[in-house]
Amino acid sequence: MSFETLRLDGVSRSFGGHEALAGLDLTIKRGEFIPLLGPSGCGKSTALNCLAGLLPLTRGSIWQDEARLDVLPPERRGFGMVFQNYALFPHLPVRKNIAFGLQMRRVPRAEIRRRVDEALRLVHLEEHAGKLPGQLSGGQQQRVAIARAVVLEPALVLMDEPLSNLDAKLRLEMRTEIRRLHQSLGLTTVYVTHDQEEALSLADRLVVLRAGRVQQVGTPEQLHTEPANWHVADFMGYRNLLPLRAGPRDGTGIVVEIEGQHLTGTPVGDAAPGGEVVAGIRPEDLRIGPAGGPGVPATVEVVEYQGREVAVEARTEGGIALNLRTADRPAVGDRITVTVEPRRLLVFPSGGAQ
Amino acid sequence: MSAIVGARPALRHRLAERGVDRQLLLLLPAALFVVTLFIYPFLYGVGLSFQPTKGGTLGAYREFFTDAYLRDTILTTLRLSLPAALLNVLASVPIAYRMRGRFRGKRLLTTLLVVPITLGTVLTAQGLLNFLGPTGWFNRSLLSAGLVDAPVRLTNNYWGVFFSLVITGFPFAFLLVLSYLSGIDPSLERAAATLGAGRWQRFRRITLPLLAPGLATTFCLTFVLAFSVFPSAVLVGDPAGTTRVMSIAAYDAAYVRYDYPLASAVAVLMGLVELLVIAAVLGWRALLYTGSTAGGKG
Repeated sequence: MSFETLRLDGVSRSFGGHEALAGLDLTIKRGEFIPLLGPSGCGKSTALNCLAGLLPLTRGSIWQDEARLDVLPPERRGFGMVFQNYALFPHLPVRKNIAFGLQMRRVPRAEIRRRVDEALRLVHLEEHAGKLPGQLSGGQQQRVAIARAVVLEPALVLMDEPLSNLDAKLRLEMRTEIRRLHQSLGLTTVYVTHDQEEALSLADRLVVLRAGRVQQVGTPEQLHTEPANWHVADFMGYRNLLPLRAGPRDGTGIVVEIEGQHLTGTPVGDAAPGGEVVAGIRPEDLRIGPAGGPGVPATVEVVEYQGREVAVEARTEGGIALNLRTADRPAVGDRITVTVEPRRLLVFPSGGAQ
Repeated sequence: MSAIVGARPALRHRLAERGVDRQLLLLLPAALFVVTLFIYPFLYGVGLSFQPTKGGTLGAYREFFTDAYLRDTILTTLRLSLPAALLNVLASVPIAYRMRGRFRGKRLLTTLLVVPITLGTVLTAQGLLNFLGPTGWFNRSLLSAGLVDAPVRLTNNYWGVFFSLVITGFPFAFLLVLSYLSGIDPSLERAAATLGAGRWQRFRRITLPLLAPGLATTFCLTFVLAFSVFPSAVLVGDPAGTTRVMSIAAYDAAYVRYDYPLASAVAVLMGLVELLVIAAVLGWRALLYTGSTAGGKG
C-alpha cells in the first residue's frame, strides 16, 4: 500500500458557499512529516478530513502515485488517523481498540496478537492492555489512539491536533514521543496543529494555511528566517508587526521610518519604495540601548519574568507598542532606545497574502 | 486541646456529607404527594386483593388461575405487547440511524413521526377503522384492484390492536432511540471508517453495542405502554376474544361483576408480569457495556 508520492491537486472544499479550503496543491514524499499550520478556521482540519475521505472534495483531486484516491471511501484508503478527541471505542478494551483495524483487514489471529503486542510495547502500554479507555489518563488515551493508527503500518498517518487536549508538560513529552515514533517507523505523516513551536519541532517540511489558502510551504528553517508574507511572519513569532511607509532603497536594503528615525530592513516580495509596508521584527532581535543613544526612543511599560530572560513591552513617543526579549533587567518607567540589525528587520508589502 | 483535634466532625457536618441537610425538606411536598396519591392506593389495592368475599386470603388469585377465561388474558396481553414493543424498537433503529445528522426538513420529518403521540388512542382507533375497516379505503382499494375477493379483516381483531399499539408506541420508541443515538460520539464511526470498517461493520461493531443498553430501556418503556392497553383493545379489537387483555379483565371484574378483590388481584398480577419481563430485559442489559459513549476528552 505504500507510495512514492502523494499529490494533492487543487483540493478545495466549500461549506454552503464559504470556501474553507481553496485549491491546496501539495506533493508529499514517502516518509515525510508534514504539519499543516494555521489559526483556527484556516482550513487545516478540512484538508485533513479531505485526505482521510471523511469529507468529499468540492474540486480538485488526490493522487497516490498514479492511482486516484479522492473517489474512494475512507475505509478503502488505508490511512491511519488520530483524532483530536482520540475517538477511542469506549466499549472495547485497549487491546481490542488497537486490534480493530487489523480485524477489519482480516489479518490472521496470531499475527494480530503479535502486532498488537508490538504496538503496545511501542507506546509503553503493555500493562494497560485489558483496561477500557475510560480508565486511562488523557496521555495514555492519546498513546492508544496513536498505536491504533500506526499498528496498520498505513501508507499515511493523519493527526488532527493530537496534543491539544494535554497539559503543557505531557504535550512536550508526547511531542518527543511522536517524533521518535516517526523516526523509528518512518511513516509518512500529515499533522494538523495551530502551535508553531510544535510544527517547527516536528516538521520535515511544513505548510502554513490562512483563510483556506496556502501561504508558504518550506522547511522549518525557511519559514522561520524567510517568511513569505507578514501573515506567515505573524505565525512564526514575529510579534512586532508595524504598519509603516517604505522609504527609498538603500543598497541591498530598504529604509523605513518610525517616528522620524530611519531603520534599514530587508525587503520581502514586492515591498516597493513609497508603498504601504509591514515591518516584522522578532522580540529577541530588538536591541536595547541607553536613552539618548541611536535608535527609536521608548519607555518601558511592562516587564514579564520568563526565566533567564524577561519579556518587555515598551511604548514609543508616538504610542507604538514594541515587544522585546532581553537578558537585561530594565525597570518599568526606564527610558531606552531600540535598534535592530537590517537583516533582522523584514519589510513585507502590506497586502501580503492573496 | 488534643481531644478536640482528634474529635469526629460535628453530627451536622457528617450528615451534610451524606446529603442530609435542611434542603432535604424541599422534598417533603413531593413525597407527600407520592404517598397519598400513589403508595397508599397501591398498598390499599394489594391489601384488597387478599380479602376476597370467599376462598380465603388467596381466593382471588386462585380464582384467576383456575378460570381459563381469566388466566389466558396473561398470554393474550403478552402476545400483543411483546411483538408490538419489539417492532417499535426495531423499526426506530434504522430510521433514527438515518436521521442522526443535520439535514433540510429534519424537523418536519421528526414532527410527522412524533405527531401520533398527540392524537390519543381514540382518534387513532377511529382512523384505523376508517382506513383498515371492512369498508375502509384500504379494503376498497384492494377490492377494486381485484387483489382480494372479500375484505381483509384488519380491525376488531388482533391486528387492529397491534396496529394501534405500533402507531401510538412508535413515536416514543423513535424519540428515545434518536436521543440515545445522538449521544454517541460521531467521531467513533469516522474513526472506525479510517480503520477500514465498512458501513455495516461500523454499525454492527461500534454503534450497535453502544446503543444496545438504550434499546433495552426503550423496549421496557414501550412494552409497559403496550401492556396496559385498554381503549384500543376495546375499540379496534375483539374484547371478548382474541384481544381480551388483562386490563379488560380487571375492568370486567370491577365494574361488571363488582368484585373489587378480584379486580385488584388482576391489577397486581399485571404489575408482576410487567416486572418479570422488565427484570429479564434489564438483566440482559446488565451484561452489556453501559458506560460513556464519548470517544475521549471533548
